[in-house]
Amino acid sequence: MSEAASNPPAAARSELWKSFRRLLREPLGVFGLSLVVLVILAAVFADVLTQWDPTRINPRDRFLGPSGEHLLGTDQLGRDLFARVLHGGRIALYVALVSTAISLAIGIVLGLIAGYGPRWLDNLMILLFDATKSFPTVMLALALVTIVGPSLTAVVVVVIIVNVPGYARIIRTQTIAIKSSEFVTAAQSMGASNARILGVHIMPNVIGPLVILASMDIPVVIAIEAGMSFLGLGVRPPTPSWGSILNDGFSQIRDTAWIAIAGGLPIIITTLGFTFLGETLRDVFDPRLKGR
Amino acid sequence: MTTLSVSGLNVWFSTEDGPLHALKDVTFDIPERRIVGIVGESGCGKSTLINAILGLLADNGEIRNGEILFEGQSDLTKLTRREMQDLRGPRISTVFQDPMGALNPVLSVGEQMINIQYRSGQSKAEKAARAIEMLKLVRIPDADSALNRYPHQFSGGMKQRIAIAMSLMMEPALLIADEPTTALDATLEVATIELLQDLQEQIGCSVMFISHHLGVIAELCQDVVVMYAGEVVERGTVRDVFHDPRHPYTRRLLECDPARQTERTRVLPTIPGEIPDLRHRPEGCVFAPRCLERHPGCDMAQSERMVAPGHAARCNLVDQSAAEGESA
Repeated sequence: MSEAASNPPAAARSELWKSFRRLLREPLGVFGLSLVVLVILAAVFADVLTQWDPTRINPRDRFLGPSGEHLLGTDQLGRDLFARVLHGGRIALYVALVSTAISLAIGIVLGLIAGYGPRWLDNLMILLFDATKSFPTVMLALALVTIVGPSLTAVVVVVIIVNVPGYARIIRTQTIAIKSSEFVTAAQSMGASNARILGVHIMPNVIGPLVILASMDIPVVIAIEAGMSFLGLGVRPPTPSWGSILNDGFSQIRDTAWIAIAGGLPIIITTLGFTFLGETLRDVFDPRLKGR
Repeated sequence: MTTLSVSGLNVWFSTEDGPLHALKDVTFDIPERRIVGIVGESGCGKSTLINAILGLLADNGEIRNGEILFEGQSDLTKLTRREMQDLRGPRISTVFQDPMGALNPVLSVGEQMINIQYRSGQSKAEKAARAIEMLKLVRIPDADSALNRYPHQFSGGMKQRIAIAMSLMMEPALLIADEPTTALDATLEVATIELLQDLQEQIGCSVMFISHHLGVIAELCQDVVVMYAGEVVERGTVRDVFHDPRHPYTRRLLECDPARQTERTRVLPTIPGEIPDLRHRPEGCVFAPRCLERHPGCDMAQSERMVAPGHAARCNLVDQSAAEGESA
């Protein structure tokens, strides 16, 4: 017996490794990956990369331009913008990862129920998904913040409400397509329970495209966080967020453009990085291209 | 002992246009260690029969009466969902028509073959060893590395052999093969049939082999059941039915087999007409509208008549020829 056959996880790992190698052959993927890694490293090592406290107000150093001391200059309260951008990255990534993970989990469960369950439940859930989706994001955010007040949690909840219907719909459609496929019938005829069919056969078939879609959604999530913070519906003022930096810069844009640039540039870099990475991942993980 | 004994099975579907009588008084036996062929044209109820046996009829389907005795004891129509689920796989397993679709495209063959043994309680290494053993049995070259490959990396014939390996892994008492060779080309068909024959002998299971290919049935099966419009019109040993067909439908079906054509013709013979609409079954013989030997007696419901021990046909001509035989 070969080594790999006796140890299937090793085979799965090598499959993942192969996909990763294919990713490294795509210039766009390498570019995206580098940007994403850069953003993540910058957020993780924010305390090491800068000595400045992102929330410390220093009225004497207001509106300083970029220099060796303040890499991106300072804002209207004299806070170091480089430090604020790095710490803002933590908020952005936190919101992106937490809310995407929760949306995925909820979306998969609801989608499987709608797709595999009885017809009436499917109809009811589709109605709910569509009703939720028809709310404009900003209105939803305003309504929620009016009730619970502006906070990071509010941002996460808004993102989840915005994302879940779309994810659930994709899972539902895929589930419906796959539940009538021959290998599911075959599994049924071999006595597999519903839980087994959902877990072993349907999940692996539907989850791949969704994870890739979600990775392409991360920039949207970051934009929602920035947008809500820009409108004052997200992170509360002293805490740095790319959206609130953008907001600070917006009012000063005629005199000191670098504040808006400092807030906007990381959003652009992150968005580009995740988009390129997501698109390449989609190609790399397509099982039909495997073994190429 | 009979592995499977179906008697008087009636299946109805409720449709928007009213009830549909899909299977009517279906009766046949699958004796132990025998291969029984089920023949009939498309839409004659072969798939409904499989689903009725497996307890996987669609939600609008219903078994009204009749019984399906498995191994002489449990009536499959009366088992609970749970009990039925435990029979499917270990005791009754199935091979399907389309080898392309029968395997999950995103899981490696090994994962699927190990997964299907979830009832066995063995370690993963033992399950992998068993999977390799089965792959070798169905003559998959390089069985060890085959476990790590994905279904799309195999040819259609190999996939069908993998599907057969998976269905026989738990050594079931009954294998239902639903046109397993229809999607394969002629040479693969022969190889697959020989393989099935070998495996059946080794494992000692019974096989219910569904096909519309008469040559395959003659080659592989010992008994044959001819179905038409949800009824068993004739059944018996392959020798009896193929050499002395008593139902006009069986005769016509055999005449239409291209392999039996003796003259060169431009047009292959067909049976004129179509299967009747099963929502409005004819009062009398179900084949009467298409039958060349139709006479007034055919307007009455037909019961099954024994031609010889083990050979039965649902046609009143059997009585006539018997009477003629006596008077002569």
